Amino acid sequence: MLEIEIDGKQLQVSDGSTVMEAAATVGAYVPHFCYHKKLSIAANCRMCLVQVEKAPKPLPACATPVTNGMKVWTHSEQAVKAQKGVMEFLLINHPLDCPVCDQGGECQLQDLSVGYGGAQSRYEEEKRVVGNKNLGPLVSTDMTRCINCTRCVRFTTEIAGLMELGQAFRGEHAEIMPFVEKTVDSELSGNIIDLCPVGALTSKPFRFAARAWEMSRRKSISPHDSLGSNLIVQVKHDVVKRVLPLENEAVNECWLSDKDRFSYEGLNGEDRLKRPMVKQGGAWIETDWQTAMDYVVRGLKGIRADHGPESIGALGSPHSTLEELFLLQSVVRGLGSGNVDFRLRQSDFSADGRMKGAPWLGMSVSEIAGLDRLLIVGSFFRKDHPLVAQRVRQAVKKGLKVSAINPAFDDWQFALQNQLCVSPSEMSAALAKVLKALVEQGSAALSPEFQALVDSVQVDEQALAIARSLGSGRRVAVWMGNYAVQHQDGVALHALASEIARLSGGRFGVLGEAANSVGGYLAGAVPFGAVSGKNASEMLSTPLKAYVLLGIEPEFDLRDAVAARKAFGAAEMVVMLSAFKFEEALGYADVMLPVSPFTETGGAFVNCEGRTQSFHPVVKNTGDSRPAWKVLRVLGEALGLGNFDYESVDAVRAQILGASGSVDPFRLSNDIDIEPLNPAGVSQGLQRVADIPIHFADPLVRRSAPLQATKDSEAPFARISPATLKTLGLNAGDKVVVRSVSGSATVVVSEDEGVAAGCVRLAAAHSSTWALGSLNGEVSVERI
Amino acid sequence: MSSQGIILADLDGDRTWRLADYVKRGGYEALKKIIAEKIPADEIIGEVKKSGLRGRGGAGFPTGLKWSFMPRAFPGAKYLACNSDEGEPGTFKDRDILRYNPHTVIEGMIIAGYAMGCERGYNYIHGEIFEVYDRFEEALAEAREAGLLGRNILGSDFSFDLFAHHGYGAYICGEETALLESIEGKKGQPRFKPPFPASFGLYGKPTTINNTETFASIPYIIREGGDAFLALGKPNNGGTKLFSVSGHVNKPGNYEIPLGTPFSVLLEMAGGIRGGRKLKAVIPGGSSAPVLPGAVMMDCTMDYDSISKAGSMLGSGAVIVMDESTCMVKALERLSYFYFEESCGQCTPCREGTGWLYRVVHRIENGLGRPDDLDLLNSVTANIMGRTICALGDAASMPVQSFVKHFGDEFAFHIEHKKCLVPPQVQYEGSKIYVA
Ligand SMILES: Cc1cc2nc3c(=O)[nH]c(=O)nc-3n(C[C@H](O)[C@H](O)[C@H](O)COP(=O)(O)O)c2cc1C
Ligand code: SF4
Ligand code: FES
Repeated sequence: MLEIEIDGKQLQVSDGSTVMEAAATVGAYVPHFCYHKKLSIAANCRMCLVQVEKAPKPLPACATPVTNGMKVWTHSEQAVKAQKGVMEFLLINHPLDCPVCDQGGECQLQDLSVGYGGAQSRYEEEKRVVGNKNLGPLVSTDMTRCINCTRCVRFTTEIAGLMELGQAFRGEHAEIMPFVEKTVDSELSGNIIDLCPVGALTSKPFRFAARAWEMSRRKSISPHDSLGSNLIVQVKHDVVKRVLPLENEAVNECWLSDKDRFSYEGLNGEDRLKRPMVKQGGAWIETDWQTAMDYVVRGLKGIRADHGPESIGALGSPHSTLEELFLLQSVVRGLGSGNVDFRLRQSDFSADGRMKGAPWLGMSVSEIAGLDRLLIVGSFFRKDHPLVAQRVRQAVKKGLKVSAINPAFDDWQFALQNQLCVSPSEMSAALAKVLKALVEQGSAALSPEFQALVDSVQVDEQALAIARSLGSGRRVAVWMGNYAVQHQDGVALHALASEIARLSGGRFGVLGEAANSVGGYLAGAVPFGAVSGKNASEMLSTPLKAYVLLGIEPEFDLRDAVAARKAFGAAEMVVMLSAFKFEEALGYADVMLPVSPFTETGGAFVNCEGRTQSFHPVVKNTGDSRPAWKVLRVLGEALGLGNFDYESVDAVRAQILGASGSVDPFRLSNDIDIEPLNPAGVSQGLQRVADIPIHFADPLVRRSAPLQATKDSEAPFARISPATLKTLGLNAGDKVVVRSVSGSATVVVSEDEGVAAGCVRLAAAHSSTWALGSLNGEVSVERI
Repeated sequence: MSSQGIILADLDGDRTWRLADYVKRGGYEALKKIIAEKIPADEIIGEVKKSGLRGRGGAGFPTGLKWSFMPRAFPGAKYLACNSDEGEPGTFKDRDILRYNPHTVIEGMIIAGYAMGCERGYNYIHGEIFEVYDRFEEALAEAREAGLLGRNILGSDFSFDLFAHHGYGAYICGEETALLESIEGKKGQPRFKPPFPASFGLYGKPTTINNTETFASIPYIIREGGDAFLALGKPNNGGTKLFSVSGHVNKPGNYEIPLGTPFSVLLEMAGGIRGGRKLKAVIPGGSSAPVLPGAVMMDCTMDYDSISKAGSMLGSGAVIVMDESTCMVKALERLSYFYFEESCGQCTPCREGTGWLYRVVHRIENGLGRPDDLDLLNSVTANIMGRTICALGDAASMPVQSFVKHFGDEFAFHIEHKKCLVPPQVQYEGSKIYVA
């Protein structure tokens, strides 16, 4: 600890602290621009100059390490004189166009110039003009306003992991720019808007939509990935204008992914469903709630009477709230059926009934920083979990060694120590090899259930390297990615990965696909437990008579769109609760009930670490739409099911989680009763590897026009490794038909070294590929 | 080129840069002595301290002291860098050292590497001098061939290798941390210090940077002893030093003289003022050093202490002589333009302030000056000085402050009368290309 005196206040700070950090702890505000607590120190703006005893000149607080006995004055005459001098320099070439600048009212330069700027400029020469840059569809530029603090440059390099911006040219000609003809394509790019202390980088979608002071700020939670980023939703006249991060060090820190930030642009499109609709005689008519609900109640009662309760099933989106999923399963179970699921893209359900709790990350998100070894199994990690990947990236800088086993790799923008790329059908064998290597090098004994599988494999170089890496760690984790969970041998992979974690003394976790991937289990939206029934896959393969779909667009959100369309087409009644009028469903749906997107409803998500995060509506209902929890509650009552008289969404939550409102840790578990594992057959044909691209993943993000204009939203290519291309006699750029057992898709081939041999990586959740049906399995590729 | 010293001495052959020639002049004896006698590193650093050698790159920091900052015991890589970026207007000495006596720099660096436990060195050579770069590469090849560089030098267990790095000609890359960034392949921008290079230098490893002339002085110090070197100059100002004399003199060039030599003697060596005109002003240490009136200079001796007492700096030893035909406003305009163009643009006061200074001086020179412009110049320089990441901000300000201080009347005349105090015809005569 070091003693320091700041503005006459004594304090102790830890070794290595800077004067800026020390000042913050005593509440002394030191004006600054380039300093940011999450970025490296640049010390280039010079706004933070302070007076330090015995120093001949003012020193930058952000970069000056505290020494014992140091005395600092942040507002002495010398300090303020220096600060004012810097402010003058910053303003001489600044356009001072605050009235037409989007940053006006929330601009650090504007705010500080009130305190440190002069009333009149002494600079009467012509001001510098800097050309604007095209940074892509999300970030708008007015580079003449740039003060060259390089926060954006440091962000892309240090946090997003990829240098996409730099300061080109020298002196007064210095300019921040992307590489020639390149844009900023990081999935975290929107953060540079927040970081820019002036109006040089502003939000393109939000441009000129409102002034900062006209909007109210309301808290919310992102409904997209399993992290549950905390949001500030800015609202004017009951319309969402903008989304900003709400800082929460334990969750999203001060960042947001672009998906979290810009998905709101999809809220109020043309196809927003505003009135209940029913299909009568093949034609859709808009109607009132009473009529629509009567229709549904009559339909469900009739089907139950005619075909039995087990002919009714429900599928809920994992992006639904805890309360919605709970009420959905309550309705189904109230009707006497156990057919309910929210694990829409999963294919292996063989662990159902053998799970000890809701699968989760197995640790808190903030503990990632302390890991020293990590194995990621089956994940498109960077795009599936942008901010968790960001945390891993920071941990890698501090020595974390990451290994990954995947059928296809992208650049994760951090160094991977081991990268094992195998086809989907070889994944369990690959894990078994690592397990075997661990057994051979380790102390703990293998559980007998794995013996047969382990005996069937030979340890190879790569498996050994991964085992060595894990074995040499002290704080180890093994995570299952979304791909692994969705994999045809998902349960085997889960069992193997958890055994690898156990033998390496680490923790095992499941990253989770969506905002409520943990919550869905807690809500009981699974076909086991009290009343068991058919899972998401069985509900499609053995068709039911009635389906209730909550927040789902079957072609994009289900594991097998072809099977789904067949099942829904043959059903007597399909009820959709949706915020959007989904074109594709008009053919097979019978009722569409307009329910609220997350901005218009309250509820909670349980994130990957088991953290319950509740939120309130931030705007009023659109049209006649209603929060889904209310619709389901009314439906339950109208069906005469009893126990649906919840007064509020909080009461529903209390029913699920108990009075504490948080998840009882005992309900979280990745343990399953394992049955002996056997070697899986290795597929000989060409296998499909389907990723769910970041901006295709749920109905809301699919409707955000700016996000759909990003590089991440390009139409899927058939991505094939160079060697496999050769065997197939194909070239990048060829147009091909990809065929599966269920259908075909016409796409363009691209060469991708990251894809395992014998595989075609072809993204799902897109209109060009849903006709292929299942996310995995064998396909053929033919040039046209 | 003329020498009463050690670095440019005896360079009258036509292949003085060759290894054989250098060895004939006593070259590599110092290194051989160290290897043969296994002289401990501390002793070498002690000798350098004793010599009173001060950095020849501009700041004049005692070299022995700088070397003692290197954590010799630090495990892992440590680096050495030679600063041959020489971009300061008026300075052209390092170029001649490398051109005519490259092996003395190489030997100096090997000895430094030995003393500080570095395994690798880089010589960062200014980007606009191609022939010098090629010649240095040749010299390196000769030294490697002769077993003077590389693994197990002269059969000992000491290994050191040296590489030349050709810059691109940016002045800022002469600032030592920008130089390191540039070697690393990044944009040449100074780093904020602390941490200093001795703890976090090239690729984050302990690094010592010295000027070409500094390294070139080392072999003599080891061969003849620190005391001998010190005795060449005067106390606290050991040795001889190269002065690049330019401007209105009859014989511009490099002069190696003992520190402490009167300026008047140096001026005489350089052939005196052209055309018999009167001395007006001298910038004694490169363009960043404050200008001094001729009369003040005539009372100075050429060493760190005397020049500093007179209110300027010995700097890199570039002596820019200006006679009475010089318009001081125009001279300053040219200098200010240089700093404006060469600012790296990283930190606010320098990026914004250098352009401002230039524009104000420019408008004064062009008859558009305003009555309070001199106050403005003083105030802007005060806001730059000491507030920047590197010393370029100071370097840009000191000429402005000193020109305005010593030649304020001339500036005032310009502002008031919208023309030069020195008649254009006189300026023209003075600036004619000199034919001896
Ligand atoms: C803007 C700027 C330019 C500089 N250019 C040079 C240069 O060209 N050559 C040089 O030796 N030192 C130059 N320096 C000084 C170096 O930073 C450093 O002090 C010097 O190389 C140290 O060597 P020495 O101790 O042997 O003098 C420059 C400094 C600044 C601030
Ligand atoms: S003082 Fe000038 S040259 Fe030095 S770091 Fe700052 S901007 Fe760059
Ligand atoms: S905040 Fe310290 S220099 Fe910019």
